[in-house]
Amino acid sequence: MESFIFAMFNGVLYGMLLFLLASGLTLIFSMMGVLNFAHASFFMLGAYFAYQISEGLNFWAALIVAPVIVGMVGAGIERWGLRPVHRYGHVAELLFTFGVAYVIEELVQMIWGRVPVPYEIPDAMSGALFTWQGFDYSIYRVFMLVVSVAIFVALFALLTYTRIGLIIRAAVSDPIHVATLGHDIPRIFMWTFGFGCALAGVAGVVGGNVLGTEPAMAIQLGPIVFVVIVIGGLGSLGGALVAALIIGIVTRLAIFYDYGVGSLVLALGLEIDTAGMLRDFTRITTAQVAPVLPYLMLVLMLIFKPRGLFGTRDV
Amino acid sequence: MGRLAPWIGGAIVLIALPHVFSSGFALTLMSQIGLLIVFALAYNMLLGQGGMLSFGHAVYFGLAGYFTIHYLNFIYEEEVPYIPVTLIPLLGGLVGLFFGILIGYVSTRRAGTTFAMISLGFGEMVTALTLVLVAIFNGEDGIQTDRVIGEELFGVTYGPNIEVYYLIAGWCLLCTLAMFLLTRTPFGRISNAVRDNPERVEFIGYSSQRIRWLAFSLSSFFAGIAGALHAVNIEHVGFEQVSVLQSGLVLFMVYIGGTASFVGPIIGATLLYFLQSTLTGVTEAWVLYLGVMFVAVIMFFPGGLAGLITMHQPIWRVHARLLAPLLIPYTRFFAALVASVLGCIGLIEMLYFRSSRLSTETELVIYGIESDPFSAVPWIVFTGIAVAGGFAVRKTLPSAVSAWNTAIADARTLPRG
Repeated sequence: MESFIFAMFNGVLYGMLLFLLASGLTLIFSMMGVLNFAHASFFMLGAYFAYQISEGLNFWAALIVAPVIVGMVGAGIERWGLRPVHRYGHVAELLFTFGVAYVIEELVQMIWGRVPVPYEIPDAMSGALFTWQGFDYSIYRVFMLVVSVAIFVALFALLTYTRIGLIIRAAVSDPIHVATLGHDIPRIFMWTFGFGCALAGVAGVVGGNVLGTEPAMAIQLGPIVFVVIVIGGLGSLGGALVAALIIGIVTRLAIFYDYGVGSLVLALGLEIDTAGMLRDFTRITTAQVAPVLPYLMLVLMLIFKPRGLFGTRDV
Repeated sequence: MGRLAPWIGGAIVLIALPHVFSSGFALTLMSQIGLLIVFALAYNMLLGQGGMLSFGHAVYFGLAGYFTIHYLNFIYEEEVPYIPVTLIPLLGGLVGLFFGILIGYVSTRRAGTTFAMISLGFGEMVTALTLVLVAIFNGEDGIQTDRVIGEELFGVTYGPNIEVYYLIAGWCLLCTLAMFLLTRTPFGRISNAVRDNPERVEFIGYSSQRIRWLAFSLSSFFAGIAGALHAVNIEHVGFEQVSVLQSGLVLFMVYIGGTASFVGPIIGATLLYFLQSTLTGVTEAWVLYLGVMFVAVIMFFPGGLAGLITMHQPIWRVHARLLAPLLIPYTRFFAALVASVLGCIGLIEMLYFRSSRLSTETELVIYGIESDPFSAVPWIVFTGIAVAGGFAVRKTLPSAVSAWNTAIADARTLPRG
């Protein structure tokens, strides 16, 4: 039971980090129809900027400044890169962001090198906050959870109770209608894109030092974020939250409780094939399939319920 | 006869190439380009002709490669019926077809972004599985074989690289012809129609889903042939061959080459693989250049390189001399472009040199000149070239565009001949 709670804690933490990424992505996607392949690259940029800023100043400055810079970079890319491509259609836009992801990864390698940079947890938060039933709950992980929950609440309030939120929600559901009411849709797109990228930047700042700040971090996390927004349903922030938590918890539990298929086969009274070509099928453990699980969920979801859990329209 | 000319010409070029470039490096390079052309053309059956953007087409390429290697090893151990290596690619194609039918059934129900997502999901899934199912895929090491399994017709053993080259060249020509003829069939045409307007296709009585499925399966078949050729050529296959990186590479080849024309993927595969194999030894920044090139193609000439050629087709169709006035403005623009690109490359190379802390090289040579990235002079020079080139590009572009406009207007007023 104690270990279950600890695994759940880590799962929720990972899920909230995924949500920070997915929230921006789902806003961008549902408003502009652009599946931003480079979204995780902005997450990576957030981590690298935070590393650079915390080298010069400190972590708290990085927490504020890095996401702002990432947001500016994102808005710039939307303005001068994505907007001209818009007329060639959604597939061209998707391809454009795919190319941008490559370029960002290479630029990061060019500036910071191919090896991971030592972006560390700030000293003030390196210890354990409390130890409960044999497991250490570190200050920093609790802090991460607090930050991501705070951002979720702020985002929810922004979208629900402010005028900007009203316009954004309207632009998500019917951009043409909003444009006819006199709102500058390209500008709203640009700032939404920048805002979404800034959210990914926040995730990079708080997650980069735990997950490791290296050039491959974007490509590892990127596709999983897609899975989150598709499973949650496009345009649905609540869906993104639920899906992010599900995926976070499922993958962490699968790694934590390392059950094998072999034990199941034995329980069914079958014999285990230990020599043949297919022997690995009986040796698969849940920790091994954990990286595959999100994609399996994605494929099943797209086949059986393409709208996702809470989506109101097809992908 | 005029229709056959390009094919006969292509065959003659394929036969003659190894006599012109006979070094071992050139042979391996040409073999690899040959099979990548098959892969790229197969991919373009999806992207260009069927309107399906796949991020996971390397799955069929790679799985066919794995199967081929296992089959060759089994032949060696006499556990399976003997198949001559000449026909092994067909087996790879059938493996590709099998997985194409299977995965295509679920993934081609929808087009557009959904299809792209599902293909990415399957791509990631298969890549992850290659690392889990060690007995079949042998993890990160991959599996290898010996392609020499016995003597075939005319004493061919596929030991020497030149024999493998001709095997690949033969299959390349055959597959190219087959895929070209496919575009001329009613199926090819209706596949274009599904890309452009699936709803109308439904109204004339076709199931757009079935058409996509068929296109996907056939494309996987040819991708499988390419994968088997890869396995025979390299005698090794690893998880890189099924990974999203390989899928991305073929996407880059096809898109930069041009999706709208049949020869686009051939141009793209040839150019990109040539650049890749010659540049990876020289520069660390190859992937960056590739990415920038791809983004530039999407933003500025979505027709790709083949699109730039076909843009001028209506002009030379009327008369080749109409191209003459284009020469000077084009040369000016191109010179400016080359200058600014060379300047940027110099800057990027110096940045890379400074950041790679593990670099063993002590001096950086750019364009044959030793440049010290820690002194100011090369930075100033390269920045100057890049900026001046950039201004020149902006200045020369309008005249190049207006020259083309004039030429195309002239071509429209003149009669053909």
